[in-house]
Order: sequence, then C-alpha cells, then structure tokens
Amino acid sequence: MSNKPTEDAKTPETTGHEWDGIQELNNPLPRWWLWTLYATIIWGIGYTIAYPAWPLISGTTRGVLNHSTRMEVAQDIEAHQNLNAGLVAQLNAADLSQIAPDADLHRYGVARGRSVFAAQCSQCHGSGAAGSPGYPNLLDNDWLWGGDLAEISYSVRHGIRNDTDEEARYSDMPAFKDILADDEIDAVAEYVFSLTDADHDSTLAEAGATLFADNCAACHGEDARGDRDLGAPNLADAIWLYGGSRAALTQTISQSRFGVMPAWGQRLSEEDVRAVSIYVHALGGGE
Amino acid sequence: MTDPALYAPREPIFPRRVAGWFRTLKWWIMAVTLGIYYLTPWIRWDRGENLPDQAVLVDLAHRRFFFFWIEIWPHEFYFIAGMLIMAGVGLFLVTSALGRVWCGYACPQTVWTDLFILTERWIEGDRNARVKLHHADWSLRKMRLRLFKWAVWLGIGLLTGGAWVFYFTDAPSLLRDLMAFSAHPIAYGTIAVLTLTTFVFGGFMREQICIYACPWPRIQAAMVDQDTLTVGYRDWRGEPRAKGKTRSETTGDCIDCMACVNVCPMGIDIRDGQQMECITCALCIDACDDVMGKIGKPRGLIDYLSLSDEPMERAGAAPRPIWRHILRPRTVLYSGLWAGFGALLVYGLFIRSDVELTVSPIRNPVYVTQSDGSIRNIYDVRLRNKIGQDREFHLSLTSEEVLRISLEGRGELQSLVVPADSTILQRVYITARPVDPAASAAQTELRIWAEHRGSSDRASRDTVFHGRVK
Repeated sequence: MSNKPTEDAKTPETTGHEWDGIQELNNPLPRWWLWTLYATIIWGIGYTIAYPAWPLISGTTRGVLNHSTRMEVAQDIEAHQNLNAGLVAQLNAADLSQIAPDADLHRYGVARGRSVFAAQCSQCHGSGAAGSPGYPNLLDNDWLWGGDLAEISYSVRHGIRNDTDEEARYSDMPAFKDILADDEIDAVAEYVFSLTDADHDSTLAEAGATLFADNCAACHGEDARGDRDLGAPNLADAIWLYGGSRAALTQTISQSRFGVMPAWGQRLSEEDVRAVSIYVHALGGGE
Repeated sequence: MTDPALYAPREPIFPRRVAGWFRTLKWWIMAVTLGIYYLTPWIRWDRGENLPDQAVLVDLAHRRFFFFWIEIWPHEFYFIAGMLIMAGVGLFLVTSALGRVWCGYACPQTVWTDLFILTERWIEGDRNARVKLHHADWSLRKMRLRLFKWAVWLGIGLLTGGAWVFYFTDAPSLLRDLMAFSAHPIAYGTIAVLTLTTFVFGGFMREQICIYACPWPRIQAAMVDQDTLTVGYRDWRGEPRAKGKTRSETTGDCIDCMACVNVCPMGIDIRDGQQMECITCALCIDACDDVMGKIGKPRGLIDYLSLSDEPMERAGAAPRPIWRHILRPRTVLYSGLWAGFGALLVYGLFIRSDVELTVSPIRNPVYVTQSDGSIRNIYDVRLRNKIGQDREFHLSLTSEEVLRISLEGRGELQSLVVPADSTILQRVYITARPVDPAASAAQTELRIWAEHRGSSDRASRDTVFHGRVK
C-alpha cells in the first residue's frame, strides 16, 4: 500500500526545494529509530574510550579498560599451561622407563610428544615418522643407537654428530675410496648385498667377506649385525637407511655417510624432550 | 477516507469460573503434565557407581542422554530425531482428528496461563470481583492483593525455571548448590530467564502470545479439514437469539446469557463462528451446557462438530457420532506413519550393541618394513564400552591369509580394559612375515574382532592389510 499525500490528510512538510516540479517530502524519522541512533552514538563514544580505538603515530590509544586480545591469548596459554603443570612436574621427575603404558602420564606424554614431533621432528623424519633415505624410520624395530627409552631420550637430547653439544653421539665411517680399490669396494658391496639377498655373485661375495673382516668388522661386527655404541648399522637386516641396492652400497662404502641430528635438549624444554621420547618409543619399535 | 488505526491496546480478560466435563478433563491434563514436568528430574534410576542415577538426564557435560534404561550417545542422535518426527506426525494426527487440542489442552502457554488464572481467582476473587478490582483506584487493599498475586506467580515461575535446569544435571546436587549460592552462573541465569518469561507470558501476555506470537495457530489451520472436530456454535439451533421477555416460539435456543463469552480465556465470542483466536479449549461448551441444563434444553448448542456436519444438521439429520469424525483415511494414514516410525525406533533400540569398534588404517606410511623383512600395518582402533562398568575386551583378527595382531603397550597380551561408558583409542599392529603371501600382496582383506569374554558382546570391522609389492 503506498502512502500518497491526499487532500484531507495532514500535508507533510517538504524540504523546500523543487526540481522540475518534483518536491521532496520531509517526513520526521520514527522516534524509535532516532533514539536507537542516538543510543548507538553514545555507545560508540563510550566504546572508543573503553577499548583501543584511536590511531596514534605508532600504536593506538590503550583504552580505559586496558583490554587487548593479545593479552587474552597470552592469558589463555598461561591458563592451559597451569592446567597441565602437575602432569609436567610428574613427567620431569619420572623415570621414563618406569611409566606404565596405560597410565595417565603415559597418555599425556604421547599426546604432548605427538605435537612436539609434528612441530620439530617431522621435517626430517616425516609427518608419519616413516623417514626417507638418510632419515631413519622411527616406526620399525631397527635402531642405530638403541631403542629403549633411555637411549631414545639421549639421542633426542644430545643429538648425533652435531657440533653444538659435546655430549652428542659420534662416530665416523671412513670414506673407503681412499683406502680400497674400486674392485675391492665392489667385492665388499657384493658381500653386504649377499647377506640379505639370495640373488648374488658368490665368488665376488667370498672375496668381499675377507675384505669385510679386515676393514668393516671392527665397527659393524664380525657377523655384520652392527654396533649400537658406534651407531654402526646392522647390515644383515632388511632395513637400509641409505638404500640397499648395489649402487647405493657402493656409494656408501666409497664416500661414507655422516648423518647429523640436532641436540634438541638445547632447543626444547625438558618436558618436551621427555614427551617426544615417550611418543617415539610408542610408535611401534620401542624396546 | 483516513486509514483506520491499526493499533489497539490490550483489554485484560477475566474469565469466569466454569464447571463441566471438559473443564475437569483440562484440570486432569494440567495435573498430569505439570506433575510430569516438575517431578521427573527427581526420579532415580540406579545404573551403577560410574553413571548418574537420575532417570531422565540430558548430560551435556559428558554428552549422554539418559532415559531410564536407555542411554544415547551423541552419534545415536537419530533416536532423538526419530522421536521429533514422531512428535510431528503425532501432532498432524491429533490435529486432523480433533482440531486444536494441543492449543486448548496441552500447550504450556495454555496450561500455565490456566494455572495463573486459577491463582488469580483464588487471590482476587471470581470474574466480577476481578473486574471491579481492575477498575478500582489504587488502595492499600489493591496493592496488597496484587503484590501477593505477583509473588505467587514469581514463585511458580521459579519452580518452573528450576525444574528446567534439573533435567540437565543431577537434581539433588544442583538443588543443594543453588541453595548454597555455589551453582554455576548458567544455572542461575537460566532460572532467572525462565522465571521472568513464565511470569510475563502467563501473568500478563496470556492470549497475546497465541494470537500474535505463536506460529502454531497458523500451522494448525493448515492441518484441519472439513471433517476435523472443532468447537462450533450450532447457529441453526440457536438463532435468532433473544433474552428474557423478547423470547417467543420462533426464537432460537440461545438466550444471550453471555456465559460462553465470559468463560473464554481468549476473550472471543464463539457465536461469531470458529476463528483464529479460538484455541478450542471447550470451556464455552461446558458453560453453555450448564445453562441449557438449567433451562431444560438439551446440551450441545456449542459443541465439538465439524464443517461437514453443518449442511447435514441444517437439513435435519441427527449429529454424527464422534468416532465417524475420527476414523478417516487421513487419520488412519497418520496413525500408520506414526506407528511405523515408532516401530523403527524400537527396533533400532533393540539392535544396539553394548560395544562398538571402529578401525582406521594409518596411511602415512602405508606399511612398515621390519628388520627381518616382515611387513607391518598400523591401525587406530577405537573401542566404545557403552556399559557402566569397566570391561576387558579381547582383540583378534580373522582373514584368509596368515597375519598376526599385537597391541601397542600391551606386550604379548591381546586384551585391554575399556573404562565404563567411554571410548578408548588403541594402536594396533598387524604383521605379515616374509614368507606369508600377505607381505607381498597389494591388499589383503581381514576382519578385526573385539569381544568381551564375560558376555556375548562382540563387534567387528572389516579392513585391509597393505603389503609391499616387489
């Protein structure tokens, strides 16, 4: 229904202007609308006084209520940390290998360790901890330096072959291209290959066995099953950190390998180191 | 012509007291519905020490709905959905048969308004006294009566709001906390809001809710048809109406006593015909029957009848029996639908298991090679124990190929304890030795079983083992 001004209705005001015979009505605004507008203006003024509002050269006015969303976030984080303070204290005081797998502390360690792993470790070890060539798979039961909780947490805390922590694990495989001839390296590679693969050249492998006993057994063991004190891998199993093909083995023997891991004890809090150790131990290969 | 004023202020209504069959029925329905509402949170049901002992409880904190022996988990919300569908279909059924009986007898607005009018009558007197008080100047007596009435209304509102929050947590403990002012602010807030709304809606807004705020009148109007029973005035019998000395042999049965108008809580005149404001509470039927009885005329001048009755009765036929109105193809269809949904829900309840199992294979990585060349797959297994006691479940697998199962953190054991009424996540390893065909097959099907040794509860889930294809 349109509201047309009729003769006997009260004639509304016009603005006084006229354009081509067209006038503009000047009806008063509804009272409820007008007062709502005034209320929002007053609210707006009050708001700028109470909260950060007016830009200055650098920053803004603080506001009488001294409120800041960054401060709220910081308080939230602190509140959450306080909630977990008891568990963190327990975690830092506990003997890791004594924590029962179904205890609350263990569950906390795994959960916390999962997020530490995702943030700090997944870049090298993979988001699923499956590793990649040169970066160990943490899901399997093969460990270079030991797979119980004490050894895992030592590896995490002090790292491997880094130069920031003097307690870092260390070993140094020689580059045998300076020590053995090419055909000798091929023989050793064939011998190592024969330990796990039926399809090998037996005569070459026999020659390689002698060379192995003279050059490699000192670190890798007489039976080639490795030495965890030296981080010398088990060469007689199905897991190869740098690849198990003849080409990969030849390259490893010739040029050696020098895997490095940071000393996380210098970067993470004590509870984070312990938590990620518990998490890695519970991934499937923990001893 | 000036536009008519579209706004008229509310004239308060003072319904007169009435007695009769429908009034008695309404008192009974009020007693039963209010009784159920106020008393149900206090009913106890023993579920063991791990679970709450309240019979009807919407446990939002633990995400459970308890109803006597039934316990619904959030993923079984379809039961609630099913019940809501049944409520809807039930409403269609009742409305198509009997008209606006929800509005007139069972709606909370009607019930609480009825209760408030009852207390108003107890405190201020019947209709004439209340009308007089309304028009009287403010005096000490009026102040005293009004304040006392509002206090009683606030008390009823408080009980109503209180009863609501008791459904959401253990009632005795919450009552204790409320009294000691140590309950959660949400509880106090909810009670405050419901007290206020009960007070305002039942004390002052009353019929305004039905006429202006509520969508049901409009929806109900869509659900009635020409055979639906509704409250109507037999104007072929009552007209022309005449009172006292103007009566003669040609005047109708209606003596214009205004009884039907005075008892109406909506303030309408049913003799104008069925109208949107009429909630079919049938108090006018009781009032008119009462007067007809006193002057020796048969009952039923105002009565439950349907549109289709009018031409028949005008032509002189006898009124149709009630069951002819109710038993129609439409109502039979609605009944069937309602019963069908009900049967489905009951069936769903019966086939619910007390243990549930879900298996999520880990896909990053798809498989892990062990030192001896075995291939291992990792699975996230979730076990739900839906009973109020800790239970031990044994996990096993069946498959056409040889595979081995082991549990993280359980050593050689293949069983684990799931606490009462909870879900537990267990990392499960399935291994194929180098000689097993599954180790080099792309996919091998298998089924993981969880069973409770003490009872016959078990659950299973099909999944896949990925080997390393050379």
